[in-house]
Amino acid sequence: MNFREISGLIFIVGLGLLLFALLKILFVEQLVTGGIGANILATAPEEVGTANIVTSVLLAYRGLDTLGELTILFVAATAAGLVLGQRSSDAKHDPDAGFILHSAADVLFPFLILLGAYIILHGHLTPGGGFQGGAILAAAFFIPILASPASPLNHRVSSAIEGFAGAAFILIGLFGLFGKGDFLAPLFGTGEVGNLFSAGSLPLLYLAVGLKVGAELAGLLAHLHETEAND
Amino acid sequence: MTEETTLVDFISYVGAISLILLGIFAMVTFRHLIRIIFGLMLLEAGVNLFLITIGYRGGAVAPILVNGELPTAAMVDPIPQALVLTAIVIGVGVQALALALVIKTYKAYGTLDTQILAQKIAEETGTKLIDGIPTPISDTGTGLEESLSTKP
Repeated sequence: MNFREISGLIFIVGLGLLLFALLKILFVEQLVTGGIGANILATAPEEVGTANIVTSVLLAYRGLDTLGELTILFVAATAAGLVLGQRSSDAKHDPDAGFILHSAADVLFPFLILLGAYIILHGHLTPGGGFQGGAILAAAFFIPILASPASPLNHRVSSAIEGFAGAAFILIGLFGLFGKGDFLAPLFGTGEVGNLFSAGSLPLLYLAVGLKVGAELAGLLAHLHETEAND
Repeated sequence: MTEETTLVDFISYVGAISLILLGIFAMVTFRHLIRIIFGLMLLEAGVNLFLITIGYRGGAVAPILVNGELPTAAMVDPIPQALVLTAIVIGVGVQALALALVIKTYKAYGTLDTQILAQKIAEETGTKLIDGIPTPISDTGTGLEESLSTKP
């Protein structure tokens, strides 16, 4: 046991005592009940018209934060692509995965696309939404790359989708700004709660989020995978 | 607050704090860069669990309307859930960026041990190992021996 481990252990014990002392405060119930959460639960269905109240928090009440979060993801993906760089065109690929994985990838692809699209489009009604559906879309495009590494992802197409989706998100926000006076204010009324065509512009926003997250994650995974094959 | 809820809350909080501590301990103690990233992942998981537990209420259901009607039972707080939803995605982005940097580091130096890395970087740039301050030119020798000998 060297000096570094001992000092680390002492630091962790001290921090642990501090955090466990917080437990007593956390059990006071007034901290969580009442306040903003309860307010949103009571008013969100009439105000925004989503059946999934988490969606109304994410896109209507805190839409600007979601835009900032998409920006963080964009910056991280861009930086990772920048750090890893372009692969040289004559670099060797990983060996092909063989018949079984090829067939499984071909069979899975349409179902994953369908599931991802369903989860994105029903994000305002059921658990799920743009982020989760986007991750599934990214998986749909990444699995064929794993099965046959020689056919890489078209990065130009994925960046184009990413850019258009991000621009669409901001455009919908600007329509809200000029139409209703608030950036990202929900448009087109609320509709009937629980219908697929309800909650105004929120499904469109979630569609943009889903496409952006899907394109970004797929590009990121493909970048990491290509670099691995580089050496 | 019922007895059962208190127990669930307690276990969840203790688990979240333990995950946070374990993550920080791994980041402080280990010298391998991949293990430090694993520590970061544990830390993120602990923070997410902590936030979700703050919004939890005993016997409450998910904040989703069924057939357009409010459920009869109480609903959990939706704000921590939205927060964690975004935190997970940001966590994935940060981890991918960290792994990309690790790949570049390994290509450049051929090692992921932070101590060997620090030595190699000190050798390369002619700085002292401890504080990274360049050694004065008037010194005899390359300055490398001195920086290695002052190592604890």
